[in-house]
Amino acid sequence: MFVSYKWLQDYVDLSGINATELADKITKSGIEVEGVEKKSEGLKGVVIGHVIEREQHPNADKLNKCQVDIGAENPVQIICGAPNVDKGQKVAVATVGAVLPGNFKIKKAKLRGEESHGMICSLQELGFESKLVSKDYATGIFVFPNDAEVGKDALEELGLSDEVLELGLTPNRSDALSMIGVAYEVGAILGRDVKWPAIEKAEAAEKASDYISVKVEAKEDNPIYTAKIIKDVKVGPSPLWMQTRLMSAGIRPHNNVVDITNYILLEYGQPLHAFDYDRFGSKEIVIRRAKDAEKIVTLDETERTLTPDHLVITNGIEPVAIAGVMGGADSEVKNDTTNIILESAYFAGTVVRKASKDHGLRSEASARFEKGVDPARVREAGERAAQLIAQYAGGTVLQGAAEVDELTMEPAVISITVEKINTLLGTDMTVTEVESIFKRLQFGVELDNETFTITVPTRRGDITIEADLVEEAARLYGYDNIPTTLPIGSATPGQLTDYQMKRRKARRTLEGAGLYQAVTYSLTSEEKASQFALEARESIRLAMPISEERSQLRLSIVPQLLEVVKYNNARQIDSLALYEIGSVFFKRDEQELPEEKEHVAGAMTGLWESHLWQGEKKSVDFFVAKGVIEALFDTLGLNDQINYRQAQINDMHPGRTAEVLLNGEVIGFIGQVHPTVQKDLDIKETYIFELSLKALAEAEVAPIAYQTIPRYPSTTRDIALVVDQATKAGDIQDIIEEAGGKLLKEVSIFDLYEGERMEEGKKSIAYSLKYFDPERTLTDEDITKAHEKVLEAVKEKAGAELRG
Amino acid sequence: MMQERLLELQEEALQKVTAASELKELNEVRVAYLGKKGPITEVLRGMGKLSAEERPKIGALANDVREAIASKIEEKQKALETAAVNAKLATETIDVTLPGRPVNKGNLHPLTRVVEEIEDLFIGMGYTVAEGPEVESDYYNFEALNLPKSHPARDMQDSFYITDEILMRTHTSPVQARTMKKHKGQGPVKIICPGKVYRRDNDDATHSHQFQQIEGLVIDENISMSDLKGTLDVFAKKVFGQDREIRLRPSFFPFTEPSVEVDISCKICGGKGCSVCKQTGWIEVLGAGIVHPNVLEMAGFDSKKYSGFAFGMGVERIAMLKYGVDDIRHFYTNDVRFLKQFNHHEA
Ligand SMILES: [Zn+2]
Repeated sequence: MFVSYKWLQDYVDLSGINATELADKITKSGIEVEGVEKKSEGLKGVVIGHVIEREQHPNADKLNKCQVDIGAENPVQIICGAPNVDKGQKVAVATVGAVLPGNFKIKKAKLRGEESHGMICSLQELGFESKLVSKDYATGIFVFPNDAEVGKDALEELGLSDEVLELGLTPNRSDALSMIGVAYEVGAILGRDVKWPAIEKAEAAEKASDYISVKVEAKEDNPIYTAKIIKDVKVGPSPLWMQTRLMSAGIRPHNNVVDITNYILLEYGQPLHAFDYDRFGSKEIVIRRAKDAEKIVTLDETERTLTPDHLVITNGIEPVAIAGVMGGADSEVKNDTTNIILESAYFAGTVVRKASKDHGLRSEASARFEKGVDPARVREAGERAAQLIAQYAGGTVLQGAAEVDELTMEPAVISITVEKINTLLGTDMTVTEVESIFKRLQFGVELDNETFTITVPTRRGDITIEADLVEEAARLYGYDNIPTTLPIGSATPGQLTDYQMKRRKARRTLEGAGLYQAVTYSLTSEEKASQFALEARESIRLAMPISEERSQLRLSIVPQLLEVVKYNNARQIDSLALYEIGSVFFKRDEQELPEEKEHVAGAMTGLWESHLWQGEKKSVDFFVAKGVIEALFDTLGLNDQINYRQAQINDMHPGRTAEVLLNGEVIGFIGQVHPTVQKDLDIKETYIFELSLKALAEAEVAPIAYQTIPRYPSTTRDIALVVDQATKAGDIQDIIEEAGGKLLKEVSIFDLYEGERMEEGKKSIAYSLKYFDPERTLTDEDITKAHEKVLEAVKEKAGAELRG
Repeated sequence: MMQERLLELQEEALQKVTAASELKELNEVRVAYLGKKGPITEVLRGMGKLSAEERPKIGALANDVREAIASKIEEKQKALETAAVNAKLATETIDVTLPGRPVNKGNLHPLTRVVEEIEDLFIGMGYTVAEGPEVESDYYNFEALNLPKSHPARDMQDSFYITDEILMRTHTSPVQARTMKKHKGQGPVKIICPGKVYRRDNDDATHSHQFQQIEGLVIDENISMSDLKGTLDVFAKKVFGQDREIRLRPSFFPFTEPSVEVDISCKICGGKGCSVCKQTGWIEVLGAGIVHPNVLEMAGFDSKKYSGFAFGMGVERIAMLKYGVDDIRHFYTNDVRFLKQFNHHEA
């Protein structure tokens, strides 16, 4: 909402407070003033001139040579290219030395051999936006009314030296969508009265109801409809002051009748509509829901198809307007219109919103109906508009109005105590202070002891409960005056849940291992949504995606991380290691929320270690990546519960991929991205993992129990086993651990040999076995006994031979 | 005579020890003077000729001389050994300015960094961290928050709906509604709710269809606007610096009444006005208010007994202000050169 500082003074006394101060006060007490603009700032030297001669430029077809009286001793000659300039016009002249928007300085010039002492201006040249300029002057200079005074400051006359406050209104404050509404707000802030415009009725004896009748079939949508008749109007331009006020509020002037309806919309917040009585098509107005597929051609010459969701004004036969949204082209007020039906009505917000949305027509009028107009102003707004039309378009207002009025206005009555206000705000306001606030707001105030009974005027439809009154009290008391305290009350333990702690541990571990945390989008393309998915389940599609690229909820994180790898690789960053912890989404029943699981995923590529001046470097490989997740499992206390199983997974390297099992259940995978996929993505050799963090964090973990530090020496036996190439080292390790009994405390692999000295299809794996007993020194015999069992077991279960 | 001879030998030996420049040389001196065939032994052999009186005197002297020589040799030997070690070590000198072997080290994403910092601050004040689903029911995302279906603030265009009743949550407030319901009308509730949220926006420098929020909620008896003000003052000072001030401005949110917008004094200009704060000296950082009685009642709390406050902020906005990041998309492109910058502890 744009509010002219000058115009506002029609309704509330602003003496002693300038526009900037006012803006600050309004902002502090609840409505944010987003800016204060004075269009004439930096401009100067534009006066009203009188074109006393005009002839064609001797050397240029499209130029005019004008003699213009600018109130100086002698007229000046100005060369003007505007097609509409003519003798006798009052125009805006930028004199020599003038400054126009964009710091454009006017100098004496010679145009095709003729001197020009200034410029005759269009409104656009003076800083008006094109969309605000009346169609009459859209392509030429602006022409003042004949009575404009030569030599006067044109900027002033055009309202450009006014200051305009731009209010950023929250949806609850639709009461401030009118000058009177803003006046009430300002009045409350300053403690000053609000002056309503005076309406002097001068009505003819003829009755409006003899000319037209009103019937409302949809009373819920339209509880009050009034139609006044104004006869014998002369359509023409509205007065300049009205045009400039409309433009300051962002509305383009059209003609006096339309401008007056817009002026009242701004003044009262009540949208009006004027129909051409003679083109209305009947003598009755019927308001009803539209029929299915009914059609109307609106003012913008567009044919629109209606449905029963839309409320229409009809002439009893066909729609003549979409209620509260836009009128029909057939009954539009035109230059030759003489008799007018003036509609002032209350249409329900929901039905107007539906129509404005369905037809993509949002207007100043529909916006006000949607948010709810003050029902108490409907009739008065119509009266005031009719009077202005009589005054500025020379018509006769017929007596009364044709109307249907079944409106029940019940102002909200709310009781509240001072104590309640003080408790909720933490303040110490007195009864008198609170009373003064409600009185400044011009609410009905009754006080009984410390309890107020407040009657809220209908213009403040946003106030319905105690809390709303508390807010009024708070904002007018001033938030700066509210003290600063901390909640007192029962102590509550502040801590992370077990799950949240584990998630943080996981982050710390992965960062400690050298991975950077990434955060990517949950929404992705259909193709990527299920790529690398741990669980082959259906993905979820948005009903109305912005783009295909972001249309589906992800089932896995890896594809997004690979995008990050691609992004970085494309910027000469070849080595990187990333992880992400985030949710993935699995479809359930249509009516159910999807299953969300938190996953942890990683992507690693390029050099893992590099210390080049010492000649060291190591690229990321499967085992580097595996080491990272092993560290993670270790931190979470799950190492004993984890196993790996060679696996074939789509888009993964067939020989370098493993499923990760937690107590026998697959909870993730790790491996190299399939080289074909790497090539398609244009990324280097990349290793990835994705694990269900939920599964990891929810697994049961044994509590930490101290183990005696061995006081007796341990004994290590090394064995090299020759096994089939396909035999898994992990399987042999399991066999050893199982067979070794409780004396075998540690098994580690210290060598792997697959070279040419081995028999075809065989490999050798060397294990180091550490035996000890915390309670005693083991004898050779003890160890040999245990060790023999190990050797037997590996031979029997894995066909392993000791390497000679 | 013998006495003089001994002293003479001592003098001679000590000179040679001093002169010795290598361990080998020193050893020769040792053998020469202290060995069994050395001159001192020889002198002692002639002791038989001495009187009984003189014998012990000369014997003692001979011992002193030996010891003097031996101790000098030992001293010299240590010095030579040290010099030898030093000489060897000198050849092992390295250039200490060469870089060390890098230890792999990653770090948190700046958004997580901000979230953890704020979580920890509120945990210290007795809050717990509450989380909820990112795909929500219309009920929890809107209705339970006093945004009925007909509410103008609910535009299908602004939210990613999946079905008519299910959508990507547009704020973390549904977590508040869910947590309140779990408490079954029993206070106190003190939670902080971080999480990802989604809006149907096109991505540009200041908009992101996915972003993160942190919201806080306190419900107890006698919770007031002044408690909210105090709590946010603690927040502002912890996250943005001890000399920050806050300012509350009236605003509107459907789930709070009264509602306020909270500004923090501009760190860059110290409140004088600059381009970052648009010359106002203040930067809008969060929205807050007293929990709307409808929201309390819908979640089963008696609004006559309990009151509460809630506040919410955009994590990206906080991070952008805190670190001076100029484009929200940086948080989601994950350029490693960006991520790496958030690597150390700040005071
Ligand atoms: Zn600043």
